[in-house]
Amino acid sequence: MKPERAALAAVAPYLWLLAFFAVPFLLVAKLSLSDSVLAMPPYAPQIDLSRGADGVRAFLAALDLETYLRLVRDHLYLDAYLSSLRLAATGTVILLLIGYPIAYGITRCAPGPRQALLMAVILPFWTSFLIRIYAWIAILKPQGLLNAALGALGLEPVNLLNTEAAVILGLVYAYLPFMVLPLYAVLTRQDESLIEAAQDLGASPTRAFWTVTVPLSLPGVAAGALLCFIPMAGEFVIPDLLGGSETLMLGKVIWIEFFANRDWPAASAVAIVLLVTLLVPIMLLERAPPKVLR
Amino acid sequence: MRRWTTGLALAAALLAAACGQNGQKAEKAGIGPMGGELRIYNWSDYIDPALLEQFTKETGTKVIYDTFDSNEVLETKVLQGNTGYDLVVPSNNNLARYIAAGAIEPLDKTKLPGLENLSLEVMGYLAPFDPGARYAVPYMQGTIGIGYNEDAIHKYLPGVDIDSWKVVFDPANMAKLKDCGVYFLDASEDMYSIALTYLGKDPNSKNLADYTQATEMLMKVRPYVRKFHSSELIDALAAGDICLAIGYSGDVLQARDGAEDADSGAKIAYVIPKEGSQAWADVFVIPKGAPHPAAAHAFIAFMLRPDIIARASNYTAYANANLKATSLVDEEVRSDPNIYPTPEVAKRLFVITAKDQALLREVNRQWTRVLTGK
Repeated sequence: MKPERAALAAVAPYLWLLAFFAVPFLLVAKLSLSDSVLAMPPYAPQIDLSRGADGVRAFLAALDLETYLRLVRDHLYLDAYLSSLRLAATGTVILLLIGYPIAYGITRCAPGPRQALLMAVILPFWTSFLIRIYAWIAILKPQGLLNAALGALGLEPVNLLNTEAAVILGLVYAYLPFMVLPLYAVLTRQDESLIEAAQDLGASPTRAFWTVTVPLSLPGVAAGALLCFIPMAGEFVIPDLLGGSETLMLGKVIWIEFFANRDWPAASAVAIVLLVTLLVPIMLLERAPPKVLR
Repeated sequence: MRRWTTGLALAAALLAAACGQNGQKAEKAGIGPMGGELRIYNWSDYIDPALLEQFTKETGTKVIYDTFDSNEVLETKVLQGNTGYDLVVPSNNNLARYIAAGAIEPLDKTKLPGLENLSLEVMGYLAPFDPGARYAVPYMQGTIGIGYNEDAIHKYLPGVDIDSWKVVFDPANMAKLKDCGVYFLDASEDMYSIALTYLGKDPNSKNLADYTQATEMLMKVRPYVRKFHSSELIDALAAGDICLAIGYSGDVLQARDGAEDADSGAKIAYVIPKEGSQAWADVFVIPKGAPHPAAAHAFIAFMLRPDIIARASNYTAYANANLKATSLVDEEVRSDPNIYPTPEVAKRLFVITAKDQALLREVNRQWTRVLTGK
């Protein structure tokens, strides 16, 4: 590679990060330090560039941390934050319990069925996410498919829609491919001869699985867990459609601040807090033993 | 079915907003005010599609029509500026904020023949929000009331007349309805206006203590509310999934018609409780920087024609403000006191006024307490 092209290759990811992460992040951070006003756009201060450096100085002087203080004073935000993390964690654990056997099973298949099964994992993406979540409403609602099926079997109807259980079900359903695919990618690359060696040395298939396959697949577990946990913590659509009103997640709090209170600074502050705390696990993983996320 | 189409429409709206600049260029390139296009952002399920086709046929203007399902979404988008829309349809109580923020353009009344046909009563509702009627022309108006499944409710609440807010605000009644299913609107200002009315307070109270008292009352009934949502009640009532909902008149009546069409066996009725309730009107306004203001005026003028607005009412089951149109509206719509309230009922209706930012924030915070039960 020519040196200038190598330089470009080295810089490109940073340019990407700058354009699609740093700039939007700074804009939102700036907004979180502003105050909400009844105007267009509905926040102040604005930078008055016509006044040059004075304008910028006046703008910076008007920024403050008042919004963040409000987040600390009102327990609503902490409650919503904790419940978001709890639901995302529950979802991630269930996804691992379901996703791992699925991924493992697919790698054990002959190539033909394996392609078909992989296709089946990816296939739901061909339908709009929103439509698939609406379909769950039709299944779970009181007069829905689930209760019709239970009735046909002579069982008591269940009322799942608008409960936390429905939210977790929706999360697990929607994010399953994001768990299965990274796990599959890791498991399918594992060297078959390692298992054979373990068995030659007298390990039972179960023992070989737990001492060889599982530890070697941990990078996939980490990648899948992150890929699911982070978006689930900020999920808005699934709790809104399938959850009841007591399931308060941060996505909804941001919605309330942004739309109902017309308070863009507060919405931005909540978003910043969520983003910063979600960055922590990513950074930890970056620093973890280099094999992880590979 | 309807709800996900709304979602898709919303996605389309975002796209349209993102592409709004292109339309602007097209007009500047000389396609001219008529012909060209018109971008409308209106409530979901709120117009007869045939009317849009007719407008296009008469004027040659292509209509791009997107929908939303809450005033909050609309207001946030408009306040952001450069929506790319030419015509949007907020409710009366938000109008004052749009005007104060400078987010909408005054109308050119010389381009709007037929304004004189509008009912003075409805224009009176709007006067506190838009003094001199400089910015807004009413589209449809309605009320907030109780929609219920007649057969189901008599089974769960035998002998109780469904004519009072007591049905939904008395915990004893609500406990009996829990298994049958009750939806409340997720609209804090609307819900507090009726809760305050039930408590005998001013529905436009500026006193936070009144709202605190209303919150305490709502907290006692909230465990029996299955869902707080502003638009899902249409499908839920029509399908017979719930017994009762606090809802907007036209939505409940659409649920009634939906239940008949679907043969779900649910008989849906609507009542404006005797303590009184909120009347509201949705109005056409032109956002600041609208790319095709001439087309927007032409569309408002089109909707001011009695024959046209009558067809709009037939479709939405909402009343319109055009006095000349009333006789053209279908008999079953115009003679329904739930749609066109009788003078006695009209006396018990009120409009809500805008709250200042600090009170609004407190009221919304209390509403979040009601929603979450914490």
